[in-house]
Amino acid sequence: MAGKTLYDKLWDTHLVHQQEAGSDLIYIDLHLLHEVTSPQAFEGLRMVGRTPWRLGGNLATPDHNVPTTPQERSKGVEGIADPVSRIQIETLDDNCSQYGIVEFKMNDIRQGIVHVVGPEQGATLPGMTVVCGDSHTSTHGAFGALAHGIGTSEVEHVLATQCLLTNKMKNMLVRVDGRLSPGVTAKDVVLAIIGEIGTAGGTGYAIEFGGEVIRNLSMEGRMTICNMAIEAGARAGMVAVDQTTIDYVEGRPFAPGKEHWQRAVESWKQFISDDDAVFDRLIVLDGSAVIPQVTWGTSPEMVLPVDGNVPDPAEETDATRRQSIEHALVYMGLSANQPLTDILLDRVFIGSCTNGRIEDLREAAALVKGRKVASTVKQALVVPGSGLVKAQAEREGLDMVFREAGFEWREPGCSMCLAMNADKLGQGEHCASTSNRNFEGRQGFRGRTHLVSPLMAAAAAIEGHFVDVRTLMSQLQPDLAI
Amino acid sequence: MQKFVQHSGVVVPLDRANVDTDMIIPKQFLKSIKRSGFGPNLFDEYRYLDEGEVGQDCSMRPLNTEFVLNQPRYKSCSILLARENFGCGSSREHAPWALDDFGIKVIIASSYAEIFYNNCLKNGLLPIVFQGEQLDKLFEEVEKEEGYQLTIDLENQQIIKPGGEQLDFEIDTFSKHCLLHGLDDISLTLQYSEAIKSYEARREQEAPWLFEEKK
Repeated sequence: MAGKTLYDKLWDTHLVHQQEAGSDLIYIDLHLLHEVTSPQAFEGLRMVGRTPWRLGGNLATPDHNVPTTPQERSKGVEGIADPVSRIQIETLDDNCSQYGIVEFKMNDIRQGIVHVVGPEQGATLPGMTVVCGDSHTSTHGAFGALAHGIGTSEVEHVLATQCLLTNKMKNMLVRVDGRLSPGVTAKDVVLAIIGEIGTAGGTGYAIEFGGEVIRNLSMEGRMTICNMAIEAGARAGMVAVDQTTIDYVEGRPFAPGKEHWQRAVESWKQFISDDDAVFDRLIVLDGSAVIPQVTWGTSPEMVLPVDGNVPDPAEETDATRRQSIEHALVYMGLSANQPLTDILLDRVFIGSCTNGRIEDLREAAALVKGRKVASTVKQALVVPGSGLVKAQAEREGLDMVFREAGFEWREPGCSMCLAMNADKLGQGEHCASTSNRNFEGRQGFRGRTHLVSPLMAAAAAIEGHFVDVRTLMSQLQPDLAI
Repeated sequence: MQKFVQHSGVVVPLDRANVDTDMIIPKQFLKSIKRSGFGPNLFDEYRYLDEGEVGQDCSMRPLNTEFVLNQPRYKSCSILLARENFGCGSSREHAPWALDDFGIKVIIASSYAEIFYNNCLKNGLLPIVFQGEQLDKLFEEVEKEEGYQLTIDLENQQIIKPGGEQLDFEIDTFSKHCLLHGLDDISLTLQYSEAIKSYEARREQEAPWLFEEKK
């Protein structure tokens, strides 16, 4: 009998009941909640008099709507200027306090983007199932966990039963061989993967990311990769457990204490794919050939290496794809064959559940140090992924590096990744963004998003247009080299 | 959940791949804490020429007359014809809520993003997977004939064309059963309460750290 994949093992470990008609019942170890996709679920529970199945299986924090300016934030929830956002955050606070769910409220230092907070607290652990009413829940798969987004009806289902009705996915292995060159990051790798397989390439699959490049990434890099599995169509992305995983988890507030630690570590080591495991699909990428990536269009698959040119629809033979390119060029205000390095930026955003962690900020700060944001850039924002990331960055003086260069230093939240709060693009503005989606209107009505790594965003802020960050890095002082 | 047994209605074609959930319902409308009232803002950035705001009276807003949903011939539509990877992007259930609130009961597309597909099924909307030449042909027929209608028969898993031609489609048995009877899947799962409890008891023995209280 063939061996099992990591996903097979996670599935088998959590299977509660197999139904004849399909849709199996799996147990959920960790359910994360935020203010946008939970109010209707709590209302649903209340309407029929149900209560949460297991309070300890839940953890909540507001992130999508929270303001990020220190002035607005300092006044607490009552001080949130947008009354609709305020109500949504108050509703989360009320629901969590009514049912007794642990919540890191807006001005708690542990608050932040739910996908930054879970791992940071050690709430996300290897071998777990993790769900949340947010598609970027795939992030937690970096820990050798089965993690994916769910809808609000499913949020209600998980609250009421601690289980999810779901179907087993197929297995895909994306293997990234070789070594990355300096200046090329996890973000570039995942964008290159999406460029290769397309935004629907992973539909129906759980993707395991493996290979030398993935093994050499830090946990934060692995989270960046798994975070964007959903942009390749796969609800879940994951990386096998190794010493890097275990070292990251050790000592975190919700991680197993001394009493259980050794036993936990032993059990986590099984969460790897067996050598003879069979995958339904295999994708191999040469990591050493990846160079910094920039999206030019309105879907994450519309991505190219920074030295490329905007595609020419005339060269596309498939009618639907040609139409998509034409439409994207009009929306983005770009012309065919234009070099990507010619694109001028109005705003720069460094943050999000993809790239709002301490290593992201360190990388960007090292490049920014001693330089200035180009005068043509209207706004350059740094939004840490959590209060703890922000505090750490401030201890290291990164906030001062950013401020001195002309960046704004904000309070933690989702911010301009989806522009539900006041941080958004104006019509027609181009943004170099470290977030995960370049959909039309995503960062603001008729705004134009280009997805890049934190290093590439920092370089674009300095130059005012896209540039291959590697050319700036060669000018770095040795002690700042990345 | 509302039942879905059979539905007949006017078909509207949205001939684009990768229609994402930000397009279906832009983020500003996700601030609502209710499940209803999203219909006027369905495809907001396509239907209107201005930027939509929460709580606004949409009847006064300038319309994009080129967008299909604004064309008089599709005014009473309830079946949406679309292309691949429909509903990609975020997990927002506001997307099917908006479609439902607008009056769309069936979507026919070559493929869907999985979270969106599940979200439709939980709301009594039927997402039908239909590919290849037959889908292209449906697009052609809808364009050609004003008021083009289809009948969807879930029990027999058939799309019935105006001339009586029947096209089969696939759906998994469990989802079909839930749709036909409008079942609340939480009640179904709670029938397995004992199985969940015994799973938890076993799991707590194997991995006690998963059951430690968060402080």
